[in-house]
Amino acid sequence: MEQIEFDYPAANRHITKKAHVGVVGSGDMEVLMEPADGDGARVTITTSVNGFQDSWKAVFDRFFSKFDGAVKIQINDAGATPGSVLLRLEQAVEVIEQ
Amino acid sequence: MSTAEVFPAFVSRKSFIELDGRERAQSLFDQNAWTELVGPFDRVESPWLPMQGIAPQADDGCIVIKGKIGGLSAVVVSLEGAFQGGSIGEVSGAKMTAALDLATKDSEAGKKTAAVLLLETGGVRLQEANLGLAAIAEVISSILALRQHAPVITVVAGTVGCFGGMSLAAGVSSYVVMTKEARLGLNGPEVIEQESGIDEFDASDRALIWAIHGGEQRVGMGEADALVEDDAEKIASTIREYVKAGPAFEHRSQQVKLYKDRIAALDTSQQIDPMSLRQEWSSNKNSGGAR
Repeated sequence: MEQIEFDYPAANRHITKKAHVGVVGSGDMEVLMEPADGDGARVTITTSVNGFQDSWKAVFDRFFSKFDGAVKIQINDAGATPGSVLLRLEQAVEVIEQ
Repeated sequence: MSTAEVFPAFVSRKSFIELDGRERAQSLFDQNAWTELVGPFDRVESPWLPMQGIAPQADDGCIVIKGKIGGLSAVVVSLEGAFQGGSIGEVSGAKMTAALDLATKDSEAGKKTAAVLLLETGGVRLQEANLGLAAIAEVISSILALRQHAPVITVVAGTVGCFGGMSLAAGVSSYVVMTKEARLGLNGPEVIEQESGIDEFDASDRALIWAIHGGEQRVGMGEADALVEDDAEKIASTIREYVKAGPAFEHRSQQVKLYKDRIAALDTSQQIDPMSLRQEWSSNKNSGGAR
């Protein structure tokens, strides 16, 4: 198991809603997305698969190139592929932007 | 002819099995008449899984929702089968026990509150073994306290099924609702094969598994009360009926003599087949809470 953290200080748009999507099942993960405590976005990942920090970084760099919300994201992961990670994140954004 | 013309109702139904644990619980309530208790943002998660290198889940795979079902007070406790096989650990067990105890407290104070348990579980979480075992004991004693005042309705929809310690919780419930995809048993097929050999039980023989553990057989034998199609609306309406019906007249787990006599009457000199057992036991319509 590994814990990974990223900061995206440029994501500063104010967010009011929360979203919880996904399940920590094989090949899947859960996302808890809520308004950030301060400025910028912060991502905390707990994953049961070690050694993929670079892949996580690439997924979040891409995600925050389109999304600018000041959110606190917590992820509990049970081996989701980068594609599923992005889909779960987009699903969470859909909930908070509703 | 298209499939939709042959089975229009079946095809257009909303599957219950395809919903996740939270959606299943939500689907049972009257519209907008529910609140989740100790939800994922409360972050009450297992402290034991990360110590063993396993990612936890923010709700520990146990979803508790309180609200109105058919206008009556009810609490639904749903186990998420996709997270650690729906297993019961310290936190998920405590959530379930607390929900049942609060329902008992409300019921004793005059506000009857039914409990619905959506069990998709292999039983105790092995990573939290002793705490999980303690949790099962607490859950069972809480069910026994509540079922005198209000119905405790267990739903086993599939596809995980309900095995191990939680099958005992199903056994002491007022009513048990199953789909034909669901399985219910104390020992799961793999466990039986592992302990008694492949001659005793072949865990790769799916027809055998469903003939023994399947919903059709369990309801047929009187060990569960209702066999419902995998349809969210049909399951919800069955639950509404049981919530409305109130506590069971006589619980299955109180009929000790009936079951002892049934087992004593079995001829074990030859192999008993599931179908004949079903016919023999279903003749007694008094079995089961609802019968």
